[in-house]
Amino acid sequence: MTQERLIEIETDILAKNDRYADANRAVISGLGAFAINLVSSPGSGKTTLLCKTIEMLGDQPLAVIEGDQQTANDAERIRATGAKAVQVNTGKGCHLDGHMVGHAMEHLSLEKNAMLFIENVGNLVCPAGFDLGEDCKVAVISVTEGEDKPLKYPDMFTVSEIALLNKVDLAPYCDVDLDLYEANLRRVNPGIEILRISARTGEGMQAWVAWLRDRLAAKPGAGV
Amino acid sequence: MHEMSLCEGVRSVIEEAAVKNGFTGVKTVRLEIGKFAGVEKPALEFAFDVVMRGSVAEGAALVMIDLPGRAMCYDCLKEVSIENRLDCCPDCGGGKLMPVGGDEMRIKDLEVL
Repeated sequence: MTQERLIEIETDILAKNDRYADANRAVISGLGAFAINLVSSPGSGKTTLLCKTIEMLGDQPLAVIEGDQQTANDAERIRATGAKAVQVNTGKGCHLDGHMVGHAMEHLSLEKNAMLFIENVGNLVCPAGFDLGEDCKVAVISVTEGEDKPLKYPDMFTVSEIALLNKVDLAPYCDVDLDLYEANLRRVNPGIEILRISARTGEGMQAWVAWLRDRLAAKPGAGV
Repeated sequence: MHEMSLCEGVRSVIEEAAVKNGFTGVKTVRLEIGKFAGVEKPALEFAFDVVMRGSVAEGAALVMIDLPGRAMCYDCLKEVSIENRLDCCPDCGGGKLMPVGGDEMRIKDLEVL
């Protein structure tokens, strides 16, 4: 007769992902590097924002991991700026995970005190739940998406440290209330920082680049 | 969201446990799922049956235990229980709530053979 027994597991379902993410974080910290996970809807302007950011950062060592279901278009756009970039195609997958990012990092030979930009798959749902080993998540949201986006997809904005309200140059043409946008972001995350920017015109970009430099400087081991 | 990936996570934890604890069949898998974990239960049940095929947990029953949503109110600085992600503070009526619990996705235990 078979004996039934109860085994206590008490393990997170995503424990395996978290182990990969912790290993990535150890590599990043060991280099005194600073990594951000850029999350947003498709079409919020993440890649244009990155190209502009890279240009403004000048000599700052950096590398980019691009996540998309298909095509290497984004990595090619990043490489055209002269920066190192690796494209990860997730196929049917809706998010990057710790294992994919760890593998991509092996191909990047990240420098000491570098910035690592991980551009996640454009999706406001799934990437919120997967730690990649980044220092923080940065949400990019464009004014054309509508002020209630943060209320419809709260998790992504709750886990992000800062939101970049992009394409503000288009605000006069799309009846958007930027103050309401900010109030809705704070409704789902009272502690979130918000910057109004336009990657196209450069508005607000100095503040964003200053934020990145401050965060890198604050990392232990950086500047050594 | 991504219920299939979650079930793959469950499967790999069960397979590790099977090696460690030496069992060959699973009768029941009990998960603890927070209210704000974003898990669609019917989708998880469907994916569970599919993903467990060919593993020690093929045919196992899936039990999901709900964990409450908890948030810190930035107005009255109390930790409160909330039903919905966009609820106001049940104590002071404030609208600035930061979730501090309810995003759990945990395998609690297994009934094994």
